[in-house]
Amino acid sequence: MSTPARASDLPIRLSDVEILAGGVTILDGISITFSAGAPTILIGPNGSGKTTLLRAAMGLIRPARGRITWDGCEVSPPTRRAIMFQRPVMLRRSAAANIGYALAAAGAPRAERPKRVAELLSLVGLDAYAGRPARQLSGGEQQRLSLARALARDPAVLFLDEPTASLDPAATKTIEDIVRAISARGIKVVMATHDLGEAKRLAGEIVLLHRGRVIESGPAPGFFAAPATGEAKKFIAGELLV
Amino acid sequence: MPENNSALHLVLTGDPALFAIVRLSLIVSLSATLIAALIGVPLGALIALTRFRGREPVIVMLNALMGLPPVVAGLSVYLMLSRSGPLGSWGLLFTPPAMVIAQTVLVTPIIAALARQTIEDLWVEYREELAAMGVGPFRRVRTLIWDARFSLLTALLAGFGRAAAEVGAIIIVGGNILGFTRTMTTTIALETSKGNLPLAIGLGIVLMLIVILISALAWGARRASERFSG
Repeated sequence: MSTPARASDLPIRLSDVEILAGGVTILDGISITFSAGAPTILIGPNGSGKTTLLRAAMGLIRPARGRITWDGCEVSPPTRRAIMFQRPVMLRRSAAANIGYALAAAGAPRAERPKRVAELLSLVGLDAYAGRPARQLSGGEQQRLSLARALARDPAVLFLDEPTASLDPAATKTIEDIVRAISARGIKVVMATHDLGEAKRLAGEIVLLHRGRVIESGPAPGFFAAPATGEAKKFIAGELLV
Repeated sequence: MPENNSALHLVLTGDPALFAIVRLSLIVSLSATLIAALIGVPLGALIALTRFRGREPVIVMLNALMGLPPVVAGLSVYLMLSRSGPLGSWGLLFTPPAMVIAQTVLVTPIIAALARQTIEDLWVEYREELAAMGVGPFRRVRTLIWDARFSLLTALLAGFGRAAAEVGAIIIVGGNILGFTRTMTTTIALETSKGNLPLAIGLGIVLMLIVILISALAWGARRASERFSG
């Protein structure tokens, strides 16, 4: 495929998107836009559709109804976007080779790859583990390596699916610091979490999902200070949304 | 037992007749395994990574053929290569190439079925990550075969073990001709029936050593997999 690389995949616009899985509606009439800027955090209980929304915005799932456009185009190879899955799968090779593979897949010139691998390992604090088989790293280290592998694609937008879900506070802080650094470099971060504290720490914008629908969205300070909907009030108060 | 001592003597002194038989056996079985690998691994990958009508019956048949009786494989190749058969004009019956063909028929389903399972399992695991990295079909196949290389090596060793140990197929298409198509297994069968136990036992020892070596190599491949790939 020789589609020319695009300057950016942003804005990503979802219009009245419906996604079904096995006849069950997972996302229902979602209309939302992800634009350049501070991180957008998707919050909501388990099963609310956060992961499906990330995958759809990444272009991994086609909607049954509605449109998704990347910088105005409906068909767009994932050249300038990357995703880190909740349970990333490490390729059966070293940490450095995992990043090298992503660089090769993204078309990075062979001569540049060793330098980029070293930079990315350093960014996520895994310099000392370059030669270690990736599958032998701890959970937190694998999450960081997965982040580095996603960044190897030089994305304009990075989707993160609960990157700290199973990590302890120290490992969580490391990931959050990297996310801030990535955002400061101008990469748009769209991240799913069900951790309200994490959402408060990182969000520029908040999207609250429940049962496959957007309940409320907007700038984070306003959302947390004065939620407009009953569901948002309950969620912020720590009550169970079922 | 005097037979055991004579057998050991034949092995330890490098008896030329015994080692000519060992050499032919290894050439036939290694050639068959190599050809079966060249057919079986791509075939396994193709079935693992494509969806087509009738795919499941094909998988069931392939798995069933792993248990193909050697005499049936030998008989099929015999019918193909016999003078009145479709490939009779090639004049291959009762030659080493006929034995290679028969063992290839026997081993290819084993390698293809194990490769299919290995590559499909890895594909299920890798699918989303490779899609997210925008990996195209060619690089995808290369990646899956490379990352599954230690498991595929075990499949090849299983195929070679099957080829080296079988007697039914090669005795039908090879004819067990002294100095030409006589291998370890066919010699053991023949010499035992003649009561020439030292040679049969000597070849049995060599065959067992080869089987143990294959097992050690398979184990080594597994350890290398854990060490280098995690």
